Amino acid sequence: MNTLLAVRQLSMQIETEQGVVHALDDVSFDLHAGETFALLGESGCGKSMTAFSLMRLLPTGGRIASGRIELEGQDLCGLSEAQMRHIRGGALAMIFQEPGTSLNAVLTVGQQIGEVLALHRGLKGAAARGEAVALMRQVGIPDPERRLDEYPFQFSGGMKQRVMIAMALAGEPRLLIADEPTTALDVTIQAQVLDVMAELQRTRRMAMMLITHDLGIVARMAHRIGVMYAGQLIEEAPRERFFSAPAHPYSRKLFDALPEAQRRHGRLASIPGSVPPLTMRFEGCRFAERCEQAWLRCKAEVPAWHSPAPGQRVRCHLFDPAETRRATTSFADAEQHIETVQPAAQNGLLEVAGLKVHFPIRRGVFQRTVGHVKAVDGVDLRLDAGRTLALVGESGCGKTTAGKAILWLIEPTEGVVKLDGADLVALNGASLRAMRTRMQMVFQDPFGSLNPRLRVSEIIEEGMRSLGVGGSDAARRQEVAAIMAQVGLRSEMADRYPHEFSGGQRQRIAIARALAVKPQLIICDEPTSALDVSVQAQILNLLKSLQAELGLAYLFITHNIAVVEFLAHEVAVMYLGRIVERGPVEQVLQQPRHPYTQALLAAVPRANLAAEQGARAEPNHVKGDMPSPSKPPQGCHFHPRCPHAMDICRQTYPDSKIVDNARVVRCHWVSD
Amino acid sequence: MNAFQIVVLGSDFLFALLLAAMAVGIVFAFRREHLRRTWRKVFAGRTAMVALVLLLVYLLVSVLDSLHYRPALDAQPGVNEMRRQYATEVFSLLDLALTRLRDSTEKSYSAPFAAYLYEKQMITEPDGSLRRDYPRLTHGAAHLADPNAERAGDIGLRALQGVVTGGLVWLALFLPFALIAGRKRGETLKQSCRAILRGETVLAWDAFAWALLLVCILVAVLAFLSGGYHVFGTDAIGNDVLYRTLKSMRTALLFGTLSTLVVLPLGIGLGLAAGYFGGWIDDLIQYLYTVISSIPYVLLIAAAALMMQLVIEQHSEIFNTVASRSDARLVSLCLIIGAISWTSLCRLLRAETLKLREQDYVQAARCFGVPSLRIMTRHILPNAFHIVLINLVLDFSALVLAEAVLSYVGVGVDPATQSFGVMINGARGELAREPVIWWSLTAAFIFMLALVLSANLFADAVREAFDPRARTLPRRRLLRSAAR
Amino acid sequence: MIAYLLRRLMWAIPTLIGVNLLVFTLFFIVNSPDDMARAQLGSKRVTQEAIERWKADRGYDKPLFWNSRAQGLARVSDTIFVQKSARMFLLDFGKSDVGRDINRELSQRMWPSLALALPVFVLGLFAAIVFALVLVFFRATWLDFTGVVLCVVLMSISALFYILAGQYLFARTWNLVPISGFLPGVDAWRFLVLPILIGLVSGLGANVRWYRALFLEEIEKDYVRTARAKGLSEAAVLFRHVLKNGMIPILTGAVVLIPSLFLGSLLSESFFGIPGLGSFTIDAILQQDFAVVRAMVFIGALLYILGLMLTDVSYTLVDPRVRLQ
Repeated sequence: MNTLLAVRQLSMQIETEQGVVHALDDVSFDLHAGETFALLGESGCGKSMTAFSLMRLLPTGGRIASGRIELEGQDLCGLSEAQMRHIRGGALAMIFQEPGTSLNAVLTVGQQIGEVLALHRGLKGAAARGEAVALMRQVGIPDPERRLDEYPFQFSGGMKQRVMIAMALAGEPRLLIADEPTTALDVTIQAQVLDVMAELQRTRRMAMMLITHDLGIVARMAHRIGVMYAGQLIEEAPRERFFSAPAHPYSRKLFDALPEAQRRHGRLASIPGSVPPLTMRFEGCRFAERCEQAWLRCKAEVPAWHSPAPGQRVRCHLFDPAETRRATTSFADAEQHIETVQPAAQNGLLEVAGLKVHFPIRRGVFQRTVGHVKAVDGVDLRLDAGRTLALVGESGCGKTTAGKAILWLIEPTEGVVKLDGADLVALNGASLRAMRTRMQMVFQDPFGSLNPRLRVSEIIEEGMRSLGVGGSDAARRQEVAAIMAQVGLRSEMADRYPHEFSGGQRQRIAIARALAVKPQLIICDEPTSALDVSVQAQILNLLKSLQAELGLAYLFITHNIAVVEFLAHEVAVMYLGRIVERGPVEQVLQQPRHPYTQALLAAVPRANLAAEQGARAEPNHVKGDMPSPSKPPQGCHFHPRCPHAMDICRQTYPDSKIVDNARVVRCHWVSD
Repeated sequence: MNAFQIVVLGSDFLFALLLAAMAVGIVFAFRREHLRRTWRKVFAGRTAMVALVLLLVYLLVSVLDSLHYRPALDAQPGVNEMRRQYATEVFSLLDLALTRLRDSTEKSYSAPFAAYLYEKQMITEPDGSLRRDYPRLTHGAAHLADPNAERAGDIGLRALQGVVTGGLVWLALFLPFALIAGRKRGETLKQSCRAILRGETVLAWDAFAWALLLVCILVAVLAFLSGGYHVFGTDAIGNDVLYRTLKSMRTALLFGTLSTLVVLPLGIGLGLAAGYFGGWIDDLIQYLYTVISSIPYVLLIAAAALMMQLVIEQHSEIFNTVASRSDARLVSLCLIIGAISWTSLCRLLRAETLKLREQDYVQAARCFGVPSLRIMTRHILPNAFHIVLINLVLDFSALVLAEAVLSYVGVGVDPATQSFGVMINGARGELAREPVIWWSLTAAFIFMLALVLSANLFADAVREAFDPRARTLPRRRLLRSAAR
Repeated sequence: MIAYLLRRLMWAIPTLIGVNLLVFTLFFIVNSPDDMARAQLGSKRVTQEAIERWKADRGYDKPLFWNSRAQGLARVSDTIFVQKSARMFLLDFGKSDVGRDINRELSQRMWPSLALALPVFVLGLFAAIVFALVLVFFRATWLDFTGVVLCVVLMSISALFYILAGQYLFARTWNLVPISGFLPGVDAWRFLVLPILIGLVSGLGANVRWYRALFLEEIEKDYVRTARAKGLSEAAVLFRHVLKNGMIPILTGAVVLIPSLFLGSLLSESFFGIPGLGSFTIDAILQQDFAVVRAMVFIGALLYILGLMLTDVSYTLVDPRVRLQ
């Protein structure tokens, strides 16, 4: 194999107000033509900075301190800016995480692709247009002749990312760097885009550097994997080896922290502590502080590269041939079981029937209502005390709106919400407030859900004060301390402000705030989607043990199937404002009946080679985008994307059917 | 009884109110950690610190000029001691300090440092004959026998005295400060001085100290020079221009700040209400501010100011002195400007509230049934407060500049009030004379530029520190690399 | 879009009524029509008869807001407020209190105003954008730093100083242009050069600084990184990508001013003796001519609302994402 790119001892620094950040330190790797190299790591580990260094597109204050980046034998660090511009977009192209903001909103797609064609291939006029059309066709954009003259906002998220890919391909790159290309996309769309990228890479024999935090995507796409931690590459291995025998303790932890069905009854492994700040200088291994196998040498001496298997190398003292004794010691994780609560009597803590939230669309001179966005359009749910119901769906399906309507944060247009038999619609001010002590919410963004101007104790106390829980001031303070201990926060943190905490700790504060009023039901709106895998594991563990201790019920809103498998008892799948399938989690996730559920599950990348190879053999990913909830398709909302669509699907929306005793499906194609 | 009677003018009262509010704000900011942190960022910049020193000087002068009194008239024989008469004229502590300057009036124009009047006049010689020549000034350079020969040396000497005195005053201010600051950090006086003057402190105390030194020297030099000369000359009726300039500082400062008293409650209250409640409340408030902001600014001020002038004239029994009349005009003008310019703050806050209302922490508070008013004061206002602050500091310099324009248009402060606008207005005709009378305009220009420039620079620093979107160019580093 | 503009226009009516209400209230709260007549007629010993005649001539002989002697709708309509306002909605401004025909004055004085304000606006916008782009191109260097400081100094100087200094230097000392005055037609340029120049300089500091901040904000965005990743040169990134996006907020700020250009500039016009609407307004304020002030307020408000609408329309031209509805 010929080496396309050789990175040697690359170090990069950024000067900031806090001091010099050593964003990359001694990073070396090779990339071969036609191969996909995945750079894996959690946020802040330096994987994006590696990409920016390769492109020499450094952030303000950043500079490459030392090292070489050789592309086809030419050192990029030695090139002038003008020469480098020739490489950028030419031999070396890049696509970014947020297709929405990465395209220029005021230039047409054709102009933006044409720019690259003119710059790197000298194509202009009709020739450029023809080539642009061909490129758009290659990345699977339908009707490219017309869409070339449209602006980015007229494209859906997945289509925008395809445009980005077409733009990157326009310079005929030998290496495509993809920085979290599908993180902002829904799973079904992600699957489509990944298919396109894999296909293009095969046909063009192009090398690809895929930057991701998702082990599932790595399993689906990569040939070789590099794991990064705190600015360093710490392990490199071919895919098969990496998934069968990850070497570095950190890599193993990443696998163990994944929520999965088989871990339902235990705790997930999590990594204690947090990534060290890169402003500091390291004496030993960067992971030593958080590593369960660390010993004195790890803290004193920077580990060298060792090779436990052909093609695999790891930066860890455990694999030093001199330390073989240690490497064989057991890694067995102390598997802790959490007692799952037995469902109390089927008392139906929360019952939702026919819930609708419609937002009017106004038009014309007099702002008449000409239609409705049916964000939630007739949702039925039932949740028993001490159980978890997962509400699953892609963005825009109405799951968050449904959650907020249940909590009365958005007034529902229609429907019944009963908590313990009491209808919330009938409640007025005072009794609605009383009901609020029994039902609380934890939000998605740990940075947006805490008021940055209040101390942690004030944040936790607010609900208690407002709802009159906790008695006197002194009693309340004690209560706050107890709750903080319960969610794993130290009591001296009470006087600090949210900005001093990491994402995971903030989410603990948010959970403590909800718990403070002693609710029976917590609506969790994607509480872990903004967190890294290892931190997500901590929060999921916490939620699980709180449920066991306090008998809480969760309505868990998420798009992450793995989390559902780990946490939920029941699951409801939502598509365009309606529940299409609902039932016990084992049934629905093992044998999905609704075509949408099937498509959704097939699209999820698994951190498991066997599952992924099966998926790769028959990529039957669902086509098209989710329609707008303001103009849902006639009949079954899913029929334009459904492989089994029949005539009746185009005419009427299917009624609920009960199948397999316990599950409800709304589909014409499914037989009872 | 007393030798004087304390007089509190309307503007004095409002100014005191404003200063009290500012003091409360400072104490509050000191207690809240995030505010302290942000303000530290402001004062870590050298430009901001230099600007602060200048602003403090203006503030000090204005405060002195806001403490008013009426001196007792000499008791007339036969009048009861208990019923003492007080002068109708109102003085301030600044007037008291500048008595010499105020009283040393000439007949007419004279140039800076001049010994002779600007115009020729008929002079009666000792022998009784009349001669047309430039007469000697009664105060300017009056102590010199032969001005042409002695003046340069005398000015130099006085300036030198000023520099030395200024330096000593500075030392007297600086050393105790350095001592206290050093004790906190456990340093000797020498170490502490070195740390401060070399800029090794977190806040830019070096800039503060050097700017203070400069100000001390300037003030002392001016003081020594004005003991014998009219440093900035005299105006048409022979008043010392330096005196007028110093008196104008208060007007400028009041003009820039008093409207805040109207802008803050209206802008904050209506802005938050419009953004948070939406619906018809929002419609109504939006209507209100569209109406006000669609009227050309100057016209609206003119209409309102003319109206206020009439009111003041019609109630001459209340506004019975020149001082109270011109003060009423100043206050009403400020309040009118406030009543007009709350709209921009309201609009900004409304937009920000619309955004913050959807923030998860506000949703969480609603989840707990926290009442609307409490959500607004506890969750929304503190997170939108940077907008209020930035708006205020930016408005200040605009208002100081507007004062001059309004004076020109004829709806500004009373011509009897000392203000930069009045001075500039007067200078229009003077520029047409030959030789040109440039000193009034120049004095007004320098003192106004110093105020507005430092206000703008300070506003920049505040905006950079408080606006999360503002770009933080590493200013101090830039300055340091320039010094190399 | 038509529907949207119609709706905006419809909203303009209550706004304009509100503007009139405010101005009437301000004026008549202390000033009765009798006072106005006395002020205009001048002498103190003017007869009540003369006052009545003056009021009748100018339509001030009715009640202000509420006519209790009339019947039905006339109670509201037969008042000074409604009579005077209604005619303004038809753009008939009547006679000024000193007896001049306001509409004629407007149509004559509009053009000198425009001849001064339009070049200042266009050249000022252009110069500010160019300077801002230059500063952004050299960002975080010495040129940028000095440029920003210069801008702050420029904007800290009162417009009056610019005018006085300009007149003194260019007109009096160097005799390059006349000090003040105006001639219609082509000769006007000699009188306009200096005020235009001064208008440019006095507005430059604030605008350059603001636009620079806008461009800097824009340059941090993701699409700029994409453009650089394509291999575009820094100049191409600035002029092709950043400029077009940065123009969106610049336009919002600028377009709203375009209709108001007709109102002219208060200071320049009166300092340089240009017979435009700005000096007209100042004269009216000084003479307390309510009819002219009222007319100018109404026109100002109308033009402002037009400016807002124009802004919305210009949005749809520069930003493809915006569709008015």
